[in-house]
Amino acid sequence: MLYSEKVMDHFMNPRNVGKIEDADGVGEVGNAKCGDIMKIYLKIDNDVITDVKFNTFGCGSAIATSSMACEMIKGKPLSEAMELTNQAVVEALDGLPPQKIHCSVLAEEAVKAAVKDYYDKNGIEYDSTLFREGSHCDHCSNAEN
Amino acid sequence: MRIYADNAATTKISKRAAEAMTVCMEDLFGNPSSLHADGQKAAEALKAARESIAANIGCTEKEIYFTSGGSESDNQAIISAAMYGKARGKRHIITTAFEHHAVLHTVRKLEKEGFEVTYLDVHGNGIVNPAELEAAIREDTALVTVMYANNEIGTIQPIDKIGEICSRRKVLFHTDAVQAAGHIDIDVERSKVDYLSLSAHKFHGPRGIGVLYARKRNQLFTLIEGGAQERSRRAGTENLPAIVGMAAALEEACEKMRDNSIKATSLRNRLIDGLLKIPHTVLNGDTAHRLPGNVNVCFEGIEGESLLLLLDMKGISASSGSACTSGSLDPSHVLLAIGRPHEIAHGSLRLTLDESNTESEIDTIISSVTEVVDRLRKMSPVWDDLEKGIKKHVI
Repeated sequence: MLYSEKVMDHFMNPRNVGKIEDADGVGEVGNAKCGDIMKIYLKIDNDVITDVKFNTFGCGSAIATSSMACEMIKGKPLSEAMELTNQAVVEALDGLPPQKIHCSVLAEEAVKAAVKDYYDKNGIEYDSTLFREGSHCDHCSNAEN
Repeated sequence: MRIYADNAATTKISKRAAEAMTVCMEDLFGNPSSLHADGQKAAEALKAARESIAANIGCTEKEIYFTSGGSESDNQAIISAAMYGKARGKRHIITTAFEHHAVLHTVRKLEKEGFEVTYLDVHGNGIVNPAELEAAIREDTALVTVMYANNEIGTIQPIDKIGEICSRRKVLFHTDAVQAAGHIDIDVERSKVDYLSLSAHKFHGPRGIGVLYARKRNQLFTLIEGGAQERSRRAGTENLPAIVGMAAALEEACEKMRDNSIKATSLRNRLIDGLLKIPHTVLNGDTAHRLPGNVNVCFEGIEGESLLLLLDMKGISASSGSACTSGSLDPSHVLLAIGRPHEIAHGSLRLTLDESNTESEIDTIISSVTEVVDRLRKMSPVWDDLEKGIKKHVI
């Protein structure tokens, strides 16, 4: 099997699938041309993520990393969600094949994009260096060109 | 019970082929190049296999060269024709945009060495236009290489017409018949081909063995040096069990071709009809000029790898042209060549049937695919945008 049991579990039984119509922050990353898009919806109360949902177009690992990333930030303060790294997602899934690491990068970016959206909508000041411009995944930034 | 629908990737070996191989391995252990009786017994089996294969593709045994498979045959045919042409001042090759990589990568290598290559359009239906091919022929055209039938979308090319054009214009013609052999009638005389590649494991033979048909020995150059086997055109002790298995498999496939083709075509049409009932789904490749068992569709709003994984969990073996399954950034070059946009090509599914599949299996595939596509669309942001009208449906 290409994927670990954990990846297959999160792919077959993804947690937090869906949308939040009145989300406080929404982040969408990736593009259809290169084959994966992740969209994360956050409900935020008092700087705490009270609910999170995702929609993903992509391969098995794209779905699994979305599911895991949502699990890891649910119920956490925004400051903690901002510390989520793609490596942490990979580790939580017991590893990903090398060509699938970019999926975990997308998951980290989707979470950050949703937080940034929340800050922007609410006029909350933040350190912009925490959010990189565009995609730092070669896979997707190449496809955009 | 699992359902196997990936026969274009490889087929299950036939009983007749497996039995022939077992007998060969146990009794014909001699080296066909050895002078003694053990060797000569093996040499006789080698000759019989060669004659049988020749008879099934319409040539003589002297025109059959055994290779390690389709890729080697393609490489040797193309490099041979290129070297033959180069010695005569010809440095132009004509091919199509959707050949197998064994052909495309070989012509690209030749491009780097100074050859010019014309990549013919295969249009929306996945079929080369012979008039366009003829118009592309130049004074310095060394080779035309066009596949007999496409490995992903199953479209059958007008090989007889292309052969007639090449023969009239005196240009060497190679066809990669890996997907066609054993499934549709092949006759190198009728089609006027100069080189033809085939591979045993695509017609219920063993893997690691193939044939290169070459009309003229002086138009064949060696890739592997070191012995006088295969009329000094391909060195190495013959893989006799595989050769014998291939001959048995091709014989059986040709004997049963009519019946198998009727059966696979009817299953294929049932499957296509069922899958096209899923909204925003499109068939890839021409409906009529198509291999009996080939179904290839694109579903809008989903990605192929996740589709394959879910089908695999339901016991169905299939294939996809998505980037994730190819291990590269781009989706299938075949789907791009017939004009599918990247995002549509990512959502492709190839199901390749054979005569052993059943109607009830087809119905299971249809219901499983319908369910899985629905499930993936429900979690796809692309589908969400399409449904809300934020993006427009393209299929």
